[in-house]
Amino acid sequence: MTRSKAALIGAASLKPVRQTEGETTLGMLARVSARALADAGLEKDAIDGLLVGPQVGETPQHVPATVSEYLGLQPAMANVVDLGGASGPGMIWRAAAAISAGMCETVLCVLGNHRNAEAPRSPNRNPIREFDVPFGASGANISYALLMQAHMAKYGSTAEDFALIAHWARANAQRNPNAIFHGKPASVEDVLNSPIIASPLHLYEIVMPVAGAEAVIVTSAKRAKELGSRAVHLLGAGEKVTHRAVSQAPSLTSGPLKPSMERAFAQAGVTAQDMSLLSLYDCYTIMVAATIEDAGLCEPGGFGRFMRAHDFGPEGDMPLNTHGGQIGYGQPDLAGGMTHVVEAVHQLRGSAEGRQINNPRLALVTGNGATMSEAVALVLGADE
Amino acid sequence: MSELADLKVPGPTEIELTKPFWKAAAEGRLLVQRCEDCTKAILYPREICPHCWSEKLTWEQASGLGRLKSFSRVHKPGHPGWMPVSPYVVGLVELDEGPTMLSHILPGECEPAVGDRLELKPTNIGGRVLPAFQRKDQGENV
Repeated sequence: MTRSKAALIGAASLKPVRQTEGETTLGMLARVSARALADAGLEKDAIDGLLVGPQVGETPQHVPATVSEYLGLQPAMANVVDLGGASGPGMIWRAAAAISAGMCETVLCVLGNHRNAEAPRSPNRNPIREFDVPFGASGANISYALLMQAHMAKYGSTAEDFALIAHWARANAQRNPNAIFHGKPASVEDVLNSPIIASPLHLYEIVMPVAGAEAVIVTSAKRAKELGSRAVHLLGAGEKVTHRAVSQAPSLTSGPLKPSMERAFAQAGVTAQDMSLLSLYDCYTIMVAATIEDAGLCEPGGFGRFMRAHDFGPEGDMPLNTHGGQIGYGQPDLAGGMTHVVEAVHQLRGSAEGRQINNPRLALVTGNGATMSEAVALVLGADE
Repeated sequence: MSELADLKVPGPTEIELTKPFWKAAAEGRLLVQRCEDCTKAILYPREICPHCWSEKLTWEQASGLGRLKSFSRVHKPGHPGWMPVSPYVVGLVELDEGPTMLSHILPGECEPAVGDRLELKPTNIGGRVLPAFQRKDQGENV
């Protein structure tokens, strides 16, 4: 008998019907998941991986986070499998692959869809649309403003503390001719004098949306050696999804990057203090602040002192977002998160022209989605 | 409050499950779900309990009391329909029953602060009465 790659231990179905009335895909996924869990004889906390399908007409984006939030799950591996009729089988081997990669232990693979008569008129028909938008809270700015206000209230952090993050992003962008804010540095005063968009968030603390694209090629270490490539190595990874809407966040001041980074550091056998480069997702200044604290680079609430204690430029003692971060480089939509990977590759193999850090060995790369709710951390290492 | 009532803004995208919630809201009441198995209160409404995955959920009227966990004064709204009343305040309200909801925070005599005690103030927003909140220690005629 061949060695098992994974075991399928629970299964369930909802009785098929020609039409549904007043159903939601989320609700149907929830019911069938509860039955599969019962069939497996598990408690729901055993589930730490989630694979779902696309949900056109109800949740066009952030599907795993929306399903996780609804089910009260906080998976350490979450993804959409979008392979039409092959999606179900495609989930099974991906689950096995994620388990053997050490990312999770037990994966819920779930697909389903309602067949209600009327088609929705706009792309979002889910809880965040139903329960946040009617009160005047549309878009990410407000969500991150709420996180920032909570940090200020809990720790006494100041507008200047946060402005330092935007100032350093702009300063580093001056070394990157591709950055949207190349030629446009900003002092702390400039940041504080920029308009308030949603208090306490200033305009210069928010990424500028841009067009752009980023790509990375991955192969095996063996193949890289055969090819004689200038390789950078993945040494550790972590993932965590905790919620979708900010009202459902388990914490407003610490996010899912904390366990993601802990797993990535543990896999790589390193600590945050070992990093030569911090390539941290920065949609807003509060995201960098929370990440620095969650990484253990300073105590919770202490990022302001940390920002004053270090030099974050390429020649500094703590290089941070040397491409300018997205706050300085611009945010090319979903490719924005990939800019942090691309910059780390350049720095670790010594090809960061005009802004090369000294003695590059290890980089922490973080990605963040929705309302500080979808997190991935990577530890990358230079070729030895 | 007439300005809020006159807004042309998107309302709740009610579904079969949430009809009782919005019907009660229109009558000035706030409902949560209660799980019969693990006894936790749940909001937003779901088909299963997110804590224990039980399907035994019942509606319960909330006290309408809560605490402001965070807030933002919105100067540039995400939806243009909100421009006529900008800046306005939204906040995260931790209900005494446990769950947190996002809501509209009505203006009061002083600036909002994290930790404020809040109470339900059913308010006409864009032609629908929604569960907005206001600082508890303030008078009725603000």
